[in-house]
Amino acid sequence: MADNKMLIKFFVASESIFFIMLILAYVNFKGTVVDGPTAESSLNPYVTGIFSLFLLASSFTIWLAGKSLRAKNHTMMKVWLLVTIVLGAIFIFGQGREWAGLIEQNITISRNVFGTTFFTLTGFHGFHVCVGLIMLSILLGLALFGDFKGPRSDGVEVISIYWHFVDGVWIVVYSVIYVWAFFL
Amino acid sequence: MSRRLPLVPENTEPLPSLKENQGMLAWVSSVDHKQIGLMYLMVTMVFFVVGGLEALLMRIQLSQPEFNFISPEVYNQLFTMHGTTMIFFVVMPFLIGVGVYLVPLMIGARDMAFPRLNALSFWLVVFGGILIYYSFLTQSGAPDMGWFAYSPLSEKPFSLNKGPTYWALGLLATGISSVASGLNNIVTILTMRTPGMTMRRIPLFVWMILVTSFLLIFVIPIIASAFAMMLLDRLLEATFFTPAHGGSAILWQHFFWGFGHPEVYILILPAFGIISEVIPVFSRKPIFGYEFVAGSTVAIGLLSLGVWAHHMFAVGLGDVTNLYFSLASMLIAIPTGVKVLNWVATMWGGKIIFATPMLFATAFIIEFVMGGITGVAIASVPIDWVVTDSYFIVAHFHYVLYGGSMFAIFAGVYYWFPKFTGRMMSETLGKWHFWLTIIGFNMTFFVQHFLGVMGMPRRIYTYQDFPYWGSMNLISTIGAVVLALSVLVFMWNVHVSRKRGKKAGNNPWDAWTLEWAAASPPAVHNFDLVPPVRGRRPLWDLAHPEQPDEPNAKVVD
Repeated sequence: MADNKMLIKFFVASESIFFIMLILAYVNFKGTVVDGPTAESSLNPYVTGIFSLFLLASSFTIWLAGKSLRAKNHTMMKVWLLVTIVLGAIFIFGQGREWAGLIEQNITISRNVFGTTFFTLTGFHGFHVCVGLIMLSILLGLALFGDFKGPRSDGVEVISIYWHFVDGVWIVVYSVIYVWAFFL
Repeated sequence: MSRRLPLVPENTEPLPSLKENQGMLAWVSSVDHKQIGLMYLMVTMVFFVVGGLEALLMRIQLSQPEFNFISPEVYNQLFTMHGTTMIFFVVMPFLIGVGVYLVPLMIGARDMAFPRLNALSFWLVVFGGILIYYSFLTQSGAPDMGWFAYSPLSEKPFSLNKGPTYWALGLLATGISSVASGLNNIVTILTMRTPGMTMRRIPLFVWMILVTSFLLIFVIPIIASAFAMMLLDRLLEATFFTPAHGGSAILWQHFFWGFGHPEVYILILPAFGIISEVIPVFSRKPIFGYEFVAGSTVAIGLLSLGVWAHHMFAVGLGDVTNLYFSLASMLIAIPTGVKVLNWVATMWGGKIIFATPMLFATAFIIEFVMGGITGVAIASVPIDWVVTDSYFIVAHFHYVLYGGSMFAIFAGVYYWFPKFTGRMMSETLGKWHFWLTIIGFNMTFFVQHFLGVMGMPRRIYTYQDFPYWGSMNLISTIGAVVLALSVLVFMWNVHVSRKRGKKAGNNPWDAWTLEWAAASPPAVHNFDLVPPVRGRRPLWDLAHPEQPDEPNAKVVD
């Protein structure tokens, strides 16, 4: 039996480097914008902060899903998986809303280095959230057909580790982009 | 060697053949680590020929001053594709492929931890290569900005053609493949070892693959993110690396070399592993200082992460930065020197058998040390300022990459070919190959040291008739032709020996690691029964129960 959890942990470590590079690019260009939009002039930390809470909450609910799995509570596991998906989807909706607002003001990836680094960093994070949502939906679909009766499932645990990682990345990204620009 | 060959019956497990059962489908759909490993080797052979032909065309163009054999535009495409091919589609996939083949056998496992992920890794390399080579068919031709793709050369408006886009996409695919095989190797080595095979007993080749895999998973993401940024620059007009729009060309250099320097250790560490397997077997002695070989590899892996800017001394990063990177780079010479000492000490007093694998391994030490010495020289800032981007650099990295990695690859092929196919490679052709390689290689690259010191820059498609430049370049070109001949001999040897070579038996070299306990070629399930492992040389212990390596070892069943 291959060690799936070990694989996902090293994968997450590898992915961390990828995000560190994107964050480094953002930090490298922060404060170098001579004209055009910046984080301070174009973002709203409160609205994004509220949507961030949904993503943070989803980390809690997937932990509850795992707990239900271990307790062999199949129904509650399905419920918590569904709640996790909904919370993640709300976060993505919030990000889409934010992006649409920026693009409406002609703040795009090609506008200046702020646009370039902001859209790349949040875009890659959003992409990872979407991948997570797809995997969670597959989990939920399989669970609805009767899989994952517990008490153990590598599938659920591995995707849960990935989901916590995506969450953790967002805490760093939010701190670097929003907290740094507005609260420091 | 031939006298000690036991007479063996024909292999009961024939090599998978295209004519049998499902034909090509049996290969395309395979998730068996041995088949995937062999496919890696075959694909790298194709790319090796292609990359070699590109080099040959360049050498012909440079054979005399102001020669008009190929146009400057084509020349730029050739050196870009030559470097990219040789690094990403020859040396890397070869070493990964031979690792995929051998690691499960060496640790007594049935397969890799994730066989399907393994197949994905392989096919991503193939498609990455096809993607990059497809750019030759586009109207504007292949990428032409050099293998390190410095911005703004790789950016619009300097590269309006699609070459760099194909390049970044293809390498992104290959990068994902490398991370996947790195992950696969790590989990395989950490969790699938047979009982008794502790981390202090795994063959050194496996140690090298392990350290390389850690480098892969932590270093490839650096360049993957840089490729993503470059693609965003080129496709969506982002401004990461375009100084005209507020971006930073230096940032690309940091990102690229942040990956690029550890990458050279990814290219050489598994080669060290091959050498560390071959030298003890052909010196008839256990490796000298196993712990030091493994430990110095870990040291190299860690140090390699902090030396990238020695590729950027000419950028003007400031004296303090240059000083740090210069000293840190020189430090790497210490763990590397430790290994050279270990290999030489292993040979010292041994009953050396100069079969072809050992010839290449011995030559490896000499040629690699040559490249290492020039490497320490150019780690010094003043010397680097004089010779940077000259043919001295070209000579240096060909000594470590061809004289190092490729020599080890040849040693490995001659050593494990009997395991791969059940047949020995021809020793006569092997010796022809070896001596032609030695002559051709040194003839091609040794004079390039002088050309570099005399000021000949790399990446120029022609040069004026300065004193000695023409004659030295001609020597180099003749050497390249000899080198090409040696590769032909090698390919002929592989072709002939695969069908008509002497039958090998399980353990033709009388070696000690577990892969030699399996049949040649190994059965689909590798081992009927994995021999007990009570030391670093399980087959030695098996053959000499009265004189085991670790007399007090606990028996694990």
